[in-house]
Amino acid sequence: MSLEDAFADGPAFIPYLAAGDPDYESSLEYVEALERGGADIIELGLPFSEPIAEGPTIQNAVVRSLQGGMTPTRFFEFVEDLDVSVPLVCMTYYNLIYRYGDEPGPRPFVEKAASVGIEGFVVPDLPAEESDPLREACDEFGLDLVFIVAPTTRGERLERIMEQVSGYVYVQARLGTTGAQSEVSDETGSSLGRLDGYDVPKAVGFGISSGEHAERIVRSGADGIIVGSALVDIVAEGHERGSDPKTVADRLETLARELKDGAVAGASQRPPHPERT
Amino acid sequence: MSVDGKFGNYGGQYVPEALMPAIEELEDAYERYVLNNEDGFMDEFRTRLREFGGRPTPLQRADRLSERYGREVYLKREDLVHGGAHKLNNALGQVLLAKYMGKDRIIAETGAGQHGTATAMACAHLDMPCEIYMGERDINRQRPNVFRMKLNGAEVNPVTVGRGTLKEAISETMRDWATNVEDTHYVIGSVVGPHPFPSMVRDFQSVISEEARTQAREKMGRLPDSVLACAGGGSNTMGAFAEFVDDEEVGLYAVEAGGSTLEVDEDAGVAPNSASLTTGSEGILHGARTTILQDHDGQIMESHSISSGLDYAGVGPELAYLVDIGRVTAVNVGDDDALTAFHRLSQLEGIIPALETAHAFGYLERVAGPDSTGEADDLGEFVVVNVSGRGDKDLESAIEETYERDIDIAPNMDEFTGGL
Repeated sequence: MSLEDAFADGPAFIPYLAAGDPDYESSLEYVEALERGGADIIELGLPFSEPIAEGPTIQNAVVRSLQGGMTPTRFFEFVEDLDVSVPLVCMTYYNLIYRYGDEPGPRPFVEKAASVGIEGFVVPDLPAEESDPLREACDEFGLDLVFIVAPTTRGERLERIMEQVSGYVYVQARLGTTGAQSEVSDETGSSLGRLDGYDVPKAVGFGISSGEHAERIVRSGADGIIVGSALVDIVAEGHERGSDPKTVADRLETLARELKDGAVAGASQRPPHPERT
Repeated sequence: MSVDGKFGNYGGQYVPEALMPAIEELEDAYERYVLNNEDGFMDEFRTRLREFGGRPTPLQRADRLSERYGREVYLKREDLVHGGAHKLNNALGQVLLAKYMGKDRIIAETGAGQHGTATAMACAHLDMPCEIYMGERDINRQRPNVFRMKLNGAEVNPVTVGRGTLKEAISETMRDWATNVEDTHYVIGSVVGPHPFPSMVRDFQSVISEEARTQAREKMGRLPDSVLACAGGGSNTMGAFAEFVDDEEVGLYAVEAGGSTLEVDEDAGVAPNSASLTTGSEGILHGARTTILQDHDGQIMESHSISSGLDYAGVGPELAYLVDIGRVTAVNVGDDDALTAFHRLSQLEGIIPALETAHAFGYLERVAGPDSTGEADDLGEFVVVNVSGRGDKDLESAIEETYERDIDIAPNMDEFTGGL
């Protein structure tokens, strides 16, 4: 299934977890729990040692995963070992993509990712200006390249990004780094408004942590929601308390279902969109 | 010199999307104010450098070093800039630029604390609120500078993630910038980061080589045969080299921190040095493509140097490029030799150098000292060493490190009650 297809039957719920957090085996269970909870696409983080776009929650997840021995090679094994059927997106920083394999440049990484069944990439430190080599490799192997649009992205920059994006566009709900918030940003409506004219699914992320947030975001026009830190918090708490991985997986599944249900509820309350009717 | 942010394969802008509009705004401001002197920006910068910063700094003949090394050794005295290091040139330039841009908050990262101090001073001078991110480990190593920052009214935010050094402080400052990008300017402390920082910081620092070039003609009646500067991120290096790059006859030597050894343990993710030009490879870190210390997967390695100011896993993209094309020679000096040079310069010339700077003198000793093997022929007759900063900030760690080693020229403090 392609990334865009995942949006066909209503709002897509896109959870994120760092692969290998806190260890390989538990992490496999956690990611699979997300699918049981209703995930339509899963963003899998391949940890990089300098995650400059992430807040403390995901930063700590990255540290745990790296300490657990996660590497790009292990990451691809992880994807192969996963028992999920929804599309997977690899979220990582450009240096890991650039350095992989015997030749410099992104091609070997993309080729390997395609061979294990990855459907696309999100690369937070790769703006559209620098993304041609990765875009070309993605085109060659039939993968999508998801770009992030920030509240500060306007005008020509927005157009440049929207020309390059495929799969879905990741709409950053507020400025700053990743991290769960108790209040979800009110900037979402205006961010989505700027993207109205573009024919690609819009998934909103940054700060969503509850079913109520999900409902509100989808009601304001999002085609999908992306949730990372709120889920990673569950993994972190389980790790700190030494909880049984099964219990942690159940908690993840429960929150995932709440988020998915919230998104679905939001869609049913949405006023008919002039361009979609 | 590049104005588009690319130095061969290096440079570029690899940052989160939220920062891109700020980077574009900065690019525009850099071109207008710095390159085209709009609204007399560069005139004001030069005036403030002179009156607040104490420029020009002397190019001083070092009599006893000249004698020891059998050639004419001149010192470019950046340690005499206000605050005690070249760092003020850049900090003053960027804080002033932020004012011209209408920003109302300054953030910066610091390793040894010298850039943080310079930024805090520039902010106090220009009446701008200032927050500095500094690794916890560096805070412990550089307490006097932490105190100086706070004296100047800056807030100092400790960074506890990772090993708590410069690399983590830069990442943390980028996160703050991504959150507060609309009213905040990030004063990057070296010729690193996304374009336009490497070019802009070089331009602010190039006053060093601009002065040195003129002073060399006055004092030596010619250009020097070689210029030596220590290299961490590379800001004093690029400052000391910039105006000499086109003078092909002038040899340029970037002296990196060789740390405890040049051997790199990839499996442990540790480089016991900060010699990215010597032991690193091409990659993308903190917004630029450059030479970095990384393992075979592309994870950034922990670096090490006796000097916090050189303890960084990357280097400026322009410097990496100049080394690649053979215009700059990258060499390195380890912790022990740097510390010995720290003592030697203090004793022979009455100048206590920063531990960063001591690396450049360590190289001079190795190739031209009494035990050298004759490599110094390449340095030529007239040598300029950039004294990037003074060593007051390093005294605490110098005392500690000295007593861990057997340095025969170190002062004997045992005669005083309790030692040190």
